[in-house]
Amino acid sequence: MMDRTLVWRFLLIGVITAAALYAALPLQKKIKLGLDLQGGMHLVYEVQTEKAVEMTVARTAEDFRGTLEKAGITPLGVKAEAEKITIDLAQQSDLEGLRAAAKEFGEIEEQKSESAGMKAVYAITGERAKAIRQHAVDQALETLRNRIDQFGVSEPVIQRQGENRILIQLAGVKDPERAKSLIKTTARLEFRLVDEDASIAKAMQGDVPPHLELLYEYRKDANTGKTEAGVPLLVEKNILLGGESLSEADVRIDQQFNEPYVSIGFDSEGARRFGEVTGKYVKRRMAIVLDGKVHSAPVIREKIEGGKAQITGSFTAEQAHDLAIILRAGALPAPLELMEERSVGPSLGADSIRDGLLACAYGAVAVVLFMMMYYRVGGLIANLALTLNVVILAGMMGYMEATLTLPGIAGMALTIGIAVDANVLIYERLREELSYGKTIRAAVDAGFNRAFLTIIDTHVTTLITAIVLFQFGTGPLKGFAVTLTIGLLASLFTAVFVSRSMFSLILSNRKVDRISV
Amino acid sequence: MRFFGTKPTVNWLGYKKIGYAFSGSLILLTIVVLIASGGLKYGIDFAGGTLVQVKFKTAPQINEVRAAVDVTGMGGDIQQFGEPVDILINIRPKEQKGENATQEVVAALESKFGKDSFTVERTEIVGPKVGKDLTIKALLAVLYSLIGILIYLAVRFEFRFATTAIIAIIHDTIITLGALAITGREFSLPVLAAILTVIGYSLNDTIVVFDRVRENLRLKRNMELPDLVNGSVNETLSRTIITSGLTLLTVIALFVFGGEVLHDFSFTLLVGIGFGTYSSVFIASALLIDWPGTTTQKLSLSIRKN
Repeated sequence: MMDRTLVWRFLLIGVITAAALYAALPLQKKIKLGLDLQGGMHLVYEVQTEKAVEMTVARTAEDFRGTLEKAGITPLGVKAEAEKITIDLAQQSDLEGLRAAAKEFGEIEEQKSESAGMKAVYAITGERAKAIRQHAVDQALETLRNRIDQFGVSEPVIQRQGENRILIQLAGVKDPERAKSLIKTTARLEFRLVDEDASIAKAMQGDVPPHLELLYEYRKDANTGKTEAGVPLLVEKNILLGGESLSEADVRIDQQFNEPYVSIGFDSEGARRFGEVTGKYVKRRMAIVLDGKVHSAPVIREKIEGGKAQITGSFTAEQAHDLAIILRAGALPAPLELMEERSVGPSLGADSIRDGLLACAYGAVAVVLFMMMYYRVGGLIANLALTLNVVILAGMMGYMEATLTLPGIAGMALTIGIAVDANVLIYERLREELSYGKTIRAAVDAGFNRAFLTIIDTHVTTLITAIVLFQFGTGPLKGFAVTLTIGLLASLFTAVFVSRSMFSLILSNRKVDRISV
Repeated sequence: MRFFGTKPTVNWLGYKKIGYAFSGSLILLTIVVLIASGGLKYGIDFAGGTLVQVKFKTAPQINEVRAAVDVTGMGGDIQQFGEPVDILINIRPKEQKGENATQEVVAALESKFGKDSFTVERTEIVGPKVGKDLTIKALLAVLYSLIGILIYLAVRFEFRFATTAIIAIIHDTIITLGALAITGREFSLPVLAAILTVIGYSLNDTIVVFDRVRENLRLKRNMELPDLVNGSVNETLSRTIITSGLTLLTVIALFVFGGEVLHDFSFTLLVGIGFGTYSSVFIASALLIDWPGTTTQKLSLSIRKN
């Protein structure tokens, strides 16, 4: 008869095995493969939050200039630089008025005044700068999610990493370059007036009037299809309408030239404003500027009602399609800088998984055969425990939705080695106890108890490294640490608890007075 | 079946001076090699840079690949990776130009060899900032695991055991790094994982011996310390040989069948686990006996206090 505790032990083992099998099967569905095994792209970008701060400061400086002018103060210059705004005053007596205006304006605080009050330096508050940085990353995440969702990649991973980095994982992307440009484009869309009176020749030599900016228009040659060198244009800094007023963007094909273009529509407020500015500036040229490049600069023929416009330019069908996605998803609040890119083709991934699993299988077969030969019945029990170890490992990975990576497979191979070690420790001890002339029952007791202490020590120290690795590791190291940690815990359970129970089961038959180990 | 009919009675620790000399010269060799070669060759994960791995339909001339890559203005290492059709192009961060470096290299290969003559298997770009972050993280990971282990062993055993075990680990790590430098292998992320594993493994071996020493300290209080430690090594010898043998077997399987990507990883494990087994006897145990003023009585007293 089996005693009561033994029944409970096997019940527990049965439940755990069943749960592990349930969580792990079918393997193809439950165990997710890492990008290194199934192929795909892994990208890490850093949001250049300083640029977002700079842009806000520049805008704030322009607003403040307006406030000052309303207050009757005309400064010689207002310059925005990083987080600072420097104001050159025409006369010392303006300083008092400036301070009053700044107080009214809020948003900025005084840093210092120099040269007998002819110059004042202001900066945005530290809290505000921090909020802008924070917001920039949040908004970048949101925008990238929108863009990638519309691009149509299955199960993309888009996560914040650390303070201002964004991790993107895309499985099975065929055109990495296209995916990267879809992600990276800032997509700052602006409608600005072209100044045709100012001298372009002078501007090319660096003499650009302060309210203007020298930009280039890139046109495609109708005959060759090649993009020509840029045509210089002087464009007002003032933005009549920005991309934030867009409500729709679609690809259309031009009937006449059979060329793709992007048709955009404004929201109601944007449409009203678009009607207003086109009405006000009839006969002037309006530049459509995307990320500092002029896409086209048509002459406004009449007031445009209904809030529709077109972005034409040198597009391929693919580019137009992606631009429409990008415009719909919105602009990035700040440029992105590529930190890390890893892409693996599907065939290499398949090779890796085959090689890795094959190596594991060979290693496991060698170990299993040796254990059987060396320890006989003990070896059989150890092999059962080892198999259960792999099952639990797979079950835990399925349950935790962990991804299996190539280093993860290596971690599995190593776990097998460690689990074997636990069994070897027990059996060597058992043999030793038997050699002292103990009965099999006393030897099993002593062997397991003594070996248990050693097993705990070896497992805990390896666990320490595995956990440290998990904390500090990125991507591939994490996969290794995960399988190693789970494997170690499973090995503790199988080597100590499961093997012990099996020995007890055999010994519960009172006729058994020896087991070959 | 068993390898040892009776308990072995080899006087291992009688050879400890040879062991010290052997280890000392290997460490010296490592230092010389590291100085002569200007330090470890860091892989892309740590140094940053660009890597493109392509598989050609027919094996190309390395020179022609180099000529194609030169067109981009980015010089790089070009080498075979396993099979002759597999080519690895490695561009150092200084020469890398911009975020589209991989696409430029692929375009250059396409214009030289034709679009259908190869497939791109793997591309990597690691920015210098990421590499620097990772290096710091890696050093911290090693440091923290050493501290964690030191604390655990000091609590479970005693500080002399903990210290000699840590010295043995450092010994294994240095010699493993030396083996990497001598064979011209890169220090990459998988290699780091392997070294951390070696640390854990080497420690396993040491702990098994030390655990037996601790047990014997309670039982054989009148035995001289060198004999006691040597006896413990002999008592655990069969386990050590079987476990190390089996682990080396799985690692050899990884090394031979695991594919090119796991090659450096399994090489590091192979060397590290080999020396880890050796160091548990000839470094950790030997240093324990040679610890100034340590006797069986003193050790067993402070063990019991713990």
